[in-house]
Amino acid sequence: MFTLADNHEIGKELRTTVVDALKEAMAIDEKIVALDADLGGASKWTDLAKDVPDRFINVGIAEANMVGVAAGLSLTGYTPFIHTFGPFATRRVLDQIYLSGAYADNTINIYGSDPGFAAGHNGGTHTTWEDIALLRSIPKVVICDAADEVQMDWIIKEFAKLKGVHYVRGNRKGVKKVYAPGSTFSIGKGNLLREGQDYLIVAAGQLVSEALEVAEMLEEKGISTDVIDMFTIKPLDKELLLERFGGKKAVITIENHSITGGLGSAVAEVLAENGLAIPLKRIGVDERFGQVGTPSFLQEEFGLTAEKILEQVKDL
Amino acid sequence: MDKKMVTELEGLAAKIRINSIEAIRKVGAGHIGGSLSIADLLAVLYGKQMVYDPKNPQWEKRDRLVLSKGHAGPAWYSTLAAVGFFPEEWLWTLNEGGTNLPSHPDRIKTPGVDATTGSLGQGTSLAAGIATGLKMQGSESYVYLIVGDGELNEGQCWEAFQFIAHFKLNRCIVIIDENKKQLDGTTQDILNPFDIAEKMRAFGFSTQKVKGDDLIAIDQAIEDCKKVEDQAVCIVLDTIKGQGVKFFEEMDANHSVKFDSKAVQEATDKALEELRKGCV
Repeated sequence: MFTLADNHEIGKELRTTVVDALKEAMAIDEKIVALDADLGGASKWTDLAKDVPDRFINVGIAEANMVGVAAGLSLTGYTPFIHTFGPFATRRVLDQIYLSGAYADNTINIYGSDPGFAAGHNGGTHTTWEDIALLRSIPKVVICDAADEVQMDWIIKEFAKLKGVHYVRGNRKGVKKVYAPGSTFSIGKGNLLREGQDYLIVAAGQLVSEALEVAEMLEEKGISTDVIDMFTIKPLDKELLLERFGGKKAVITIENHSITGGLGSAVAEVLAENGLAIPLKRIGVDERFGQVGTPSFLQEEFGLTAEKILEQVKDL
Repeated sequence: MDKKMVTELEGLAAKIRINSIEAIRKVGAGHIGGSLSIADLLAVLYGKQMVYDPKNPQWEKRDRLVLSKGHAGPAWYSTLAAVGFFPEEWLWTLNEGGTNLPSHPDRIKTPGVDATTGSLGQGTSLAAGIATGLKMQGSESYVYLIVGDGELNEGQCWEAFQFIAHFKLNRCIVIIDENKKQLDGTTQDILNPFDIAEKMRAFGFSTQKVKGDDLIAIDQAIEDCKKVEDQAVCIVLDTIKGQGVKFFEEMDANHSVKFDSKAVQEATDKALEELRKGCV
């Protein structure tokens, strides 16, 4: 059960949230191991080295090996968590995640940090707007995009209990609060945050807070809107979508990701397969690479602020 | 090693070769060259060095083998059948639809297979991870990692070797099958590996090079590895692709052999006859 936060201020850094959640999980379960690929300073996972030195491994700048070592640890009964920047946690090691991870039925929990515009000054080389698309193609892999610190904390602790390959993406920095502390979720279940009659907005990750702002602004224009936080992109909560599509004039997806292969595509598949002719607007990045800039500049440049989104959806 | 043991291991090696060839011939084509080059090594491992229980494949105290050059699966399956992990009849289902013995090893399908491999290079990291896990548990089990020399083209091998050397995973015995050929030709012609043993030494491994058909030398090299403390260990096996069967050794393109001509069938029959003489 979740409740919405009473304010939308920037919360605790997500990297700190991840570290704190891991510390708690590692204290309960001695089989949890954490691995980083020389980004321990960036992820703050070097803090784990202080708390649990025996169960933190810095593998060096060798992501493919990190995934394989994690799979090997899984083969000896451990539950590994690995971190690197989103692109290196996914597209660089796709075959390793596929074969050493999912195909071989091993357990690997992956935190890909700074997705999309969150890459900021690291720029286009470090930007991933394709991670979800890539992982969606692998059977059984679970994909989450954390909306805020409360959800990230829950996701890490939940992954710690599960077997299989799980991926969560999330900013390292703080993002706007969406949920009140103590909220809980279910993997594979979307969260209906707001109910309306005209539009259905389906969002994920740190853009859930923007989606709520867009809904507010649409309300002022007399358009009432459902907002779903689809924090689990795979498996997708088709049931909730089908329940909420009914009677809507438009469906809008909002993601810090390419509109190809991500949340927008997943929702489009459900619409099409069910013969529903509701207009769909996919808000995301279309046929563009990332670039340098502050995250807020990039969010604006790629049309992912509440104001920019509103411009694209007000006349649907 | 006493004479009786040598004879026993020779017999096991012959059996591995016979069944690898028979299984591949039945399906029509397959990875003969790289399977035969590790037959003697597998005989030493499963006939003498490794600790395992075929009736309890998941036994906690077992040694592990990671066949990173996964295409040599038929040789491993022939070994596992010979020592009792599953009935020999399974071998005649190699690569058939629904088989438990796919071309490349699958830990879900085959008793005795601890790691799924096939995408070259990945097994090296799996072995590194298994060795790390075992070390964390204070286990005394060994991990035997078999890597092909052609496979060393893959960068992931060198990532894993750095890891194994850095963390001094001396219970992960890295064995490189230097059969000097890869799919498209000789390793020299495709991508010069230079001196593999020297490379491994430069990467921090205590490295020995031994003849890959010398059962006593292979056994001794493994014994020597077990005496090394505080350093990663490697054995470079000087082998021949197709080792142990002259016809296949001399075949130019012997990575994957097609049993589609009378000449190949007749030569194979003759080779099997010879091998059976050594199979007691």
